[in-house]
Amino acid sequence: MSTTTPAATGTPATDGATAPAGTLFRFATAGSVDDGKSTLVGRLLHDSKAILADQLESVARTSAERGFGGEPGAIDFALLTDGLRAEREQGITIDVAYRYFSTGRRSFILADCPGHVQYTRNMVTGSATADAVVVLVDVRNGVLEQTRRHLAVVQLLRVPHVIVAVNKIDLTGYDRDAFAAVADEVAGLARDLGLPDVHVVPVSALAGDNVVERSANTPWYDGPALLELLEGLSTIDELETDLEALRLPVQLVVRPQGALSPELAASGADDVFRDYRAFAGRIESGTVRVGDAVEVFPAGVTTTVVGIDRGPVAVEEASAPLSVSLRLADPVDAARGAVIAAAGSLPAPRRQLEAAVFQLDARPLAPGARVLVKHGTTTVQALVADIRGRLDLDTVDTVPADRLATNDIGLVSLRLSADLVAAPYAEHRRAGAFLVIHPQDGATLAAGIVVEAPA
Amino acid sequence: MTEIQAQAPAPTASVLDTLDALEAEAIHVIREVVAEFERPVLLFSGGKDSVVVLHLAAKAFWPAKVPFPVLHVDTGHNFPEVLRFRDETVARLGIRLEVASVQDYLDDGRLQERADGTRNPLQTQPLLDAIAAGRHDAVFGGARRDEDKARAKERIISLRDEFGQWDPRNQRPELWSLYNGRHTVGQHVRAFPISNWTELDVWRYLEREGIALPPLYFAHERDVYARDGMWLAVSDVSPPREGETVERRTVRYRTVGDLSCTGAVVSTASTVSDIVREVAASTLTERGATRADDRLSEAAMEDRKKDGYF
Repeated sequence: MSTTTPAATGTPATDGATAPAGTLFRFATAGSVDDGKSTLVGRLLHDSKAILADQLESVARTSAERGFGGEPGAIDFALLTDGLRAEREQGITIDVAYRYFSTGRRSFILADCPGHVQYTRNMVTGSATADAVVVLVDVRNGVLEQTRRHLAVVQLLRVPHVIVAVNKIDLTGYDRDAFAAVADEVAGLARDLGLPDVHVVPVSALAGDNVVERSANTPWYDGPALLELLEGLSTIDELETDLEALRLPVQLVVRPQGALSPELAASGADDVFRDYRAFAGRIESGTVRVGDAVEVFPAGVTTTVVGIDRGPVAVEEASAPLSVSLRLADPVDAARGAVIAAAGSLPAPRRQLEAAVFQLDARPLAPGARVLVKHGTTTVQALVADIRGRLDLDTVDTVPADRLATNDIGLVSLRLSADLVAAPYAEHRRAGAFLVIHPQDGATLAAGIVVEAPA
Repeated sequence: MTEIQAQAPAPTASVLDTLDALEAEAIHVIREVVAEFERPVLLFSGGKDSVVVLHLAAKAFWPAKVPFPVLHVDTGHNFPEVLRFRDETVARLGIRLEVASVQDYLDDGRLQERADGTRNPLQTQPLLDAIAAGRHDAVFGGARRDEDKARAKERIISLRDEFGQWDPRNQRPELWSLYNGRHTVGQHVRAFPISNWTELDVWRYLEREGIALPPLYFAHERDVYARDGMWLAVSDVSPPREGETVERRTVRYRTVGDLSCTGAVVSTASTVSDIVREVAASTLTERGATRADDRLSEAAMEDRKKDGYF
């Protein structure tokens, strides 16, 4: 059982009110309960001072009631997530919980993925937007089947950074060789899977070694502590915005006409905004600048950006992931579902998707199923034309399958009722991601990523 | 049209701060809901979180006005200055106000006053009736995931059955920024654009954007008395009981709720910047304490309960 005193040291939660809010970093944690994930999450939240006194007090009280810890006020870190576990035992939840903490440098959104039940479903949900995934491994057990599966999902979803936290190093007496053996194993697996950026950190979530601060118990490790690492890694947008062309799916068209904001109407701006027409959306990738040439799908026209509005503020340029309204030089025929992109950058429209899908629903997916595909701001009808196989996560091979069950990752062909400007997920994550939806009850059946057409 | 618009350098991804990222996500959610639903409405209490959502909506559709009405569940125990703020805000933005009145339900017997006199638990039926009467298929709220453990698991777009119930076992996985709001007749969705904001993010954003709030958020003198570890305001609906001593204190409110059950905190924070400092510091000083000040911690708990009520 994980116990410690709440007087544990840590870095200040914030530099104070005037400090900037820092950047936003999203990460997911994965691992089974036995790996000490709850303890690690509790330790991160506690040592980064995200737990308020009243929460801590209640956890300390429960710890005492349950007989934890010899010292007065000793707390069981795992109890910080205990409410969730109790609820899960009652069948209330089987899914991801979001937690928040910040340091002077960054704000973190932690998607805490429960380990053992429906792990693929939870891993996929938690990792889909993650800038990094922290996978826990017990130093005494090394890489398990589940570790391999977690890392395979992370690779498919192209999570930019993987941190393997080799936990419970206190139980092997902070032995360098025990850690090195696991680190070698992880490195080999990362090579096999083709994971680009893998960090291995020796930690003890229980004792706090290398979680928030570097530990004196591991003089043989000269890398950063876990939190230090999380503070320094680049986000998806930092990594990719400059590499990818502008792409903005249109959510809706803003045309005030008779419904101008009364504050503007009062200022006599009716004339100014009479012909205002802008395409509202969130920049999926790249940067847009006033004067840029853009193409518009499906209108098939090329025009020029004459204005970029963020609410009442007109800006000269904006980058992913900002929400903006674009004004274009020509009266383009475009509505929700249109895509505005850097001229010449849009892929050829597709009527068929070759995709890997993560089956989320309990009902199996089989050929002939009529579904909806939601991609960007478009939803189209689709037919499951073929199931080309199922991914065996242990061997990372495709094996034959005629239907997909919950937690399966399958390769499917989808015939679409209308064109989509989708791109392979490996080239452009937001242009390659879609949902498969049940046309009657609206359930999300599967999450899909576009893969290259089979050779 | 550019002559009336300020020019400012846009943040690029590499310098995009937390508030910009959270704002972009919230505006995206608000636009998705407006694009995909017929009759959205925003639950508006005049509290800071719903004020932020309304501000984000105004930005999302500028220069058009906010394209949906707001709905207020009026318990009859509201602070008068909050009702004034509510009315001024809808007038300024030119949007329609729908009111679900708990008092009406008490007057005609559809609801009965509770023994403890609080009306918070009575809000659910008027709320659901108002959603049905307005045929609202999407209801925006200002709830945040950092408020409590149950909220930590709720989706940004969260399905409600015909009884308005949330089924945590049957939530749709929410991946990337693809929100699935499909629903059948009788169902509606609750939409929480600021799910990923923390209390401190909200205050920093209020400060950055210069957003107006009801005056009771700021330090003011008020007649109060202590009950259950909170400072309650003296009013017609919340008179002190025998043995409770009325004191004149400089206080402010951390949340907006009913006069009868919302506690004030002793504070001299008179500007949003002061409050940002107070909220940031309270995280620091309360952290690590094994025995927190009872009064303050219970007030904080009450804050959370109220915030998460909807």
